[in-house]
Amino acid sequence: MDFTILILVLPLVSFLILGLCGMKMPHKAAGIIGTLSLATVTLLSYITAALYFGAGRTAEGIFATITPYNYCWLPLNGTLSIDMGIMLDPISVMMLIVISTVSLMVHIYSMGYMKGERGFQRYYAFLSLFTFSMLGLVVATNIFQMYVFWELVGVSSYLLIGFYYTKPEAIAASKKAFIVTRFADLFFLIGILLYGYYAETFSFTPPEALLVAAGGVIPVALGLMFVGGAGKSAMFPLHIWLPDAMEGPTPVSALIHAATMVVAGVYLVARMFGLFIGYAPEVLHIIAYVGLFTALYAAVVACAQTDIKRVLAFSTISQIAFMMVALGVCTSSDPHSGGLGYMASMFHLFTHAMFKGLLFLGAGAIIHAVHSNEKSQMGGLRRYMPVTHITFLIACLAIAGIPPFSGFFSKDEILAACYSFSPMMGAFMSLIAALTAFYMFRLYYLIFWGKSHYEEQLALYKAGATAHEPHKPHEAPLTMTLPLVILAAISVVAGFIPFGEFVSSNGEPYTIHLDYTVAATSIALAVGAIILATIMYKSGESRLTTAINSRMGAFIQAAYHRFYMDEIWLFVTKKIIFNCISRPIAWFDRNVIDATMDLLATATQKLGNILRPMQSGNIQSYSVWFLGGALIIILTLIFFA
Amino acid sequence: MIVPAEFYLILATILFFIGVFGFFTRRNLISLLVSTELMLNAVDINFAVFNAYSHPEQLEGFFFTMFGIGIAAAETAVAIAIIINVFRNAKSIHIKNLRNLKH
Repeated sequence: MDFTILILVLPLVSFLILGLCGMKMPHKAAGIIGTLSLATVTLLSYITAALYFGAGRTAEGIFATITPYNYCWLPLNGTLSIDMGIMLDPISVMMLIVISTVSLMVHIYSMGYMKGERGFQRYYAFLSLFTFSMLGLVVATNIFQMYVFWELVGVSSYLLIGFYYTKPEAIAASKKAFIVTRFADLFFLIGILLYGYYAETFSFTPPEALLVAAGGVIPVALGLMFVGGAGKSAMFPLHIWLPDAMEGPTPVSALIHAATMVVAGVYLVARMFGLFIGYAPEVLHIIAYVGLFTALYAAVVACAQTDIKRVLAFSTISQIAFMMVALGVCTSSDPHSGGLGYMASMFHLFTHAMFKGLLFLGAGAIIHAVHSNEKSQMGGLRRYMPVTHITFLIACLAIAGIPPFSGFFSKDEILAACYSFSPMMGAFMSLIAALTAFYMFRLYYLIFWGKSHYEEQLALYKAGATAHEPHKPHEAPLTMTLPLVILAAISVVAGFIPFGEFVSSNGEPYTIHLDYTVAATSIALAVGAIILATIMYKSGESRLTTAINSRMGAFIQAAYHRFYMDEIWLFVTKKIIFNCISRPIAWFDRNVIDATMDLLATATQKLGNILRPMQSGNIQSYSVWFLGGALIIILTLIFFA
Repeated sequence: MIVPAEFYLILATILFFIGVFGFFTRRNLISLLVSTELMLNAVDINFAVFNAYSHPEQLEGFFFTMFGIGIAAAETAVAIAIIINVFRNAKSIHIKNLRNLKH
């Protein structure tokens, strides 16, 4: 498996080429270089997966963990060192496939979507950097390497959100994303350092004796690491950056803020799963409840948003929370009793990456066609954009959990895991799944059905009411529709992958079998929600919609404003932290530390002013000083010696 | 009669301090040169006197006097050459005008 190093090297090389001399290239060349290198990486990832899973299981009945490369990068002391390398195990190989596939689709799609944009080459350079970092993150051999790439992923996300750097909203959003995730990463780092200090290792699977020796620190360290993961994966209340991150180009949202980077937190928990389950099961339960609340909150907010990318962003938060919940409800590492959630979470991560990537790319095609993010500018688009319409519908059905689309299978496993944890948890999650179906179909109907904004404007124009002829929506070019079709195809069939054969909590094969009561309930709820959405939104605002809006106006307003979470954060940071902590510190800095330094400087300067006239360059005055000195020495010698 | 050594020493001291005074107060390079010569000659007198009065059987003091006179001559030649060059450049040998060597 020595060739796996190429999976990391190729995107890095294309980043360097495009970053250093991309600006001299024509747009097309830059796009082709980036896409070709990614296509190679994708191919290599598939080969890796085929070889890895094709090699079969070891005598213990698990897939062996292979470490083709592992170099000691920074030895800290005799036992502790920071290594860099590549580790292949079922989840990292699975992630390689997810990342390279979605990234390749986004590369191809961007050739159409970003055509003619200023900084096209820079865009591809950043995409390559991101892909490199994300791949490095998933194949990390130890927690510290993961952290290094984790930050690299954060910085590429920052660069890509702020791609339109002349737009103030984009700059603000990129800063917000970076600062919020960085704030969470601080806890991650503390967790890693605690873990490294007390367990004397950065390994994911340390010897048991070390962990026993570390004792009570392990749950604390793992909890802190989860805070880092919660920041990256937009768990409540650290979710505030993700909706704003939609200011970036839409393909970037698909790649980073839907399919890959935001699931890094889930991946982290899955990576450390053995430690969580063995030494900190209570932290797992906290993760479950945080996830449950986030899923509910984000689903409710998604129902009230008008910007289609925001709806998708909150939907992403909600779905990632599903994965977190699935990990959190695990009570043992045996997939047959209590460890099902691990497999379900990874399965959902896989299918979600595909259909959510598809949804975002579809949304990009729509935005490309109507030049707006607002639902009021859309409506009736199904006649103008047939390919986008069909693929978007498939993705909606997948996320809503309608069989035989992929989302149904993975979500069903999550729900089954939740029901086996506690019926209450299961009931809540079923409810949230129904909400998911509702808001996705609300979005679908608002975009593709109802009154066409274009036709209304055209009628107005013909009647002479408006001066400008409206822009006719058009289907996206082939470079954009091709990835849509491929991802749609994957979203249809991915559910039939025997995922449990490859990934499970203890590595042993697990055959996915549907729990028919759970499946029937969730299908019924999803269909009910879709019917409700159909009644409410299919032909514009129906009477039911108006009635609901007038009854629950305040609630809908609050949900539209995301229950004022951003305002609460602003209040906490600006009013409390700024006034109570930053200001006194600034005062101390200015009046104590700076003042001491200033005093030293002023004193030196004053002294210099006094002494400077002595260095006049006038030899006669020097000789007077010389004579005086000589006299003093002579007199001293005469009278005191 | 023999002139006592103190007389010579007093002469040398007076000569030396005339030189010092001239060196400190004069602003003309030639005067400064003359003043240094006075100080050197005062030292020479001291050498000769101490040799003659304390160690009449030895000659080191006289030799040092000879060296002093030789060095004074050489030094004067160099100093005069410098002063001529200074005058060529600055059109003056007044010490106040000679502040540009620093730069």
